[in-house]
Amino acid sequence: MTNDIFVWVEQFEYEAVGASWEAIGAARGLADEQGGDVIACLFGGDGVEALAQEALSYGADRVLLATDATLDSFRVEPYAALMAQAVEAYEPETVLVAATFRGRELGPALAVRLETGCIADCTELAFEDGELVATRPIYAGKLMSKCVIPERRPRIFTTRVRAFGKPEPEAEREGEVVQLDPAMAEDQIKTKVTGFKESEGGVSLADASIIVSGGRGVAGPEGYQPLEELVDVLKGALGASRAAVDAGWIPYEHQVGQTGKTVSPDLYIACGISGAIQHLAGMRTSKVIVAINKDPEAPIFKVADYGVVEDLFKIVPALKEALAERID
Amino acid sequence: MHIVVCTKYTPDSEAKMSVDEAGNVSWGDSPLIINPWDEYAVEEALLLRDEYGGKVTVISMGPEEALEALKHAVAMGADEAIRVWDDACAGSDTLATSYVLARTIDAIGEVDLVLCGKSAIDAETWQTGVALATRLNVPSLMYTINIAELDPDEGTITVERLLEQGRQVVEASLPAVVGTIKGINEPRYTSFIGIRKAAGMDYPLWTLEDIGADPDRVGESGSGVRWPTVFEPPVREGEAEIIEAETVEEEAQILAEKLLAEKVI
Repeated sequence: MTNDIFVWVEQFEYEAVGASWEAIGAARGLADEQGGDVIACLFGGDGVEALAQEALSYGADRVLLATDATLDSFRVEPYAALMAQAVEAYEPETVLVAATFRGRELGPALAVRLETGCIADCTELAFEDGELVATRPIYAGKLMSKCVIPERRPRIFTTRVRAFGKPEPEAEREGEVVQLDPAMAEDQIKTKVTGFKESEGGVSLADASIIVSGGRGVAGPEGYQPLEELVDVLKGALGASRAAVDAGWIPYEHQVGQTGKTVSPDLYIACGISGAIQHLAGMRTSKVIVAINKDPEAPIFKVADYGVVEDLFKIVPALKEALAERID
Repeated sequence: MHIVVCTKYTPDSEAKMSVDEAGNVSWGDSPLIINPWDEYAVEEALLLRDEYGGKVTVISMGPEEALEALKHAVAMGADEAIRVWDDACAGSDTLATSYVLARTIDAIGEVDLVLCGKSAIDAETWQTGVALATRLNVPSLMYTINIAELDPDEGTITVERLLEQGRQVVEASLPAVVGTIKGINEPRYTSFIGIRKAAGMDYPLWTLEDIGADPDRVGESGSGVRWPTVFEPPVREGEAEIIEAETVEEEAQILAEKLLAEKVI
């Protein structure tokens, strides 16, 4: 067992997922404190090798690279099998995986293969008396839990997207790139990826730095129009409350809250959202919250930094104009 | 087709959670319910049963409270329900829980498809489904928003998985573990007849011995993760600064300035 730290570098269509660099940053901090190397694990089809240098520049000391057609699209079986094999060969004490949808499959699958623990969706990682302690939200952030993996190794953690800062890349950083062979042949893998239908609208809620969200107050599907215009000006993402999704005004992909996505943007603008406890649970860790609601008694004002008691159909277009003037 | 659905009980999503000085978690007088994500799994199982025939068995690892989840699933229309528990299971993380569920499914025998909710709203690890599939050495199809094709005779399934960038289409062999998300269906309400049926139903309790599980691999001794401390998060400080002006345009100008000063734009 070494005190090295493995970090999975997730890529989608040959581009790295930003949350992986956040995980490398978290690993760098831990390695600088307790020693050991940060080893990036980069798997994919031919062409992903270009990301190895990027991983080094964000703070990895070495890269384990596997390129093969079986690894082209993420599948949990071949990825976890290869990662498990690499863990057995390199014996890292710690494995970090960004808590994206795919990362939250890889972490636990790896844990089962290695008969070890995986702590999900960590918002903080810190050594306390030599033990690596993870802090994570439970009950949609209504409570927090401190977790440890006292005995088994490696200890695996998935790191919440946007909870750890993204490091500044240093282009001149260098390190060894080691080639790995895949652990499974195509005929051993029980799943096949046969297509991908990309979502419209670009920015995904989980990694958006600005979210404009609409609730019951938007009063119908067409009510999202002014919100979308504000989203365009801010280059953000469009969110929604459960009430709006359940009413069929907007697809589920946009839902923020306990049965939707948990988000943590720099700016969250809640329009016509009353602020049910389940919704608050999904966005309360946003850095700045703006509440726009006609009802001054709406609970959303209790968690907001700024509030405007106003009809959203008047203030949202006006805010769009005011911001467009100030943003190039 | 024999479909097994894994369920869990949780406090209601409306519950106000708190922690006392001894560190015990409380949900006040809120009811215990079936984990809301699991309702999608139960509904999908019922729809598939109605289309292809067969039966739906719902399972849950848990103390007596787990009956809440099983009863709800039976009231919705599940055919059989099994609770698995032993006091040794307390403190199980997802590593240990997936072991118990995998042993249970092995003990059930002929199973074509396993469904579960994408996650539970209490601990929210999202881990049990994929861990279970890994233990059973069958395909893991989490975040499924649509079962596009199912051929029980050929033993194949095609699903759409909702990921950050869009929908990934995946073909797999059966048996498989499918994790359902909201949007796959609209879970039915329980009927009066369903609730009556659930109340009169027999809920067998399977022990570790019944499923051939090693007691050292469950509970704390079978787990990797411990969670010694639970606490209430710090309350968001201060009150909202309410922006008021003569006109909406002025309010918008003031708010825009504030947001620029916050450096969040």
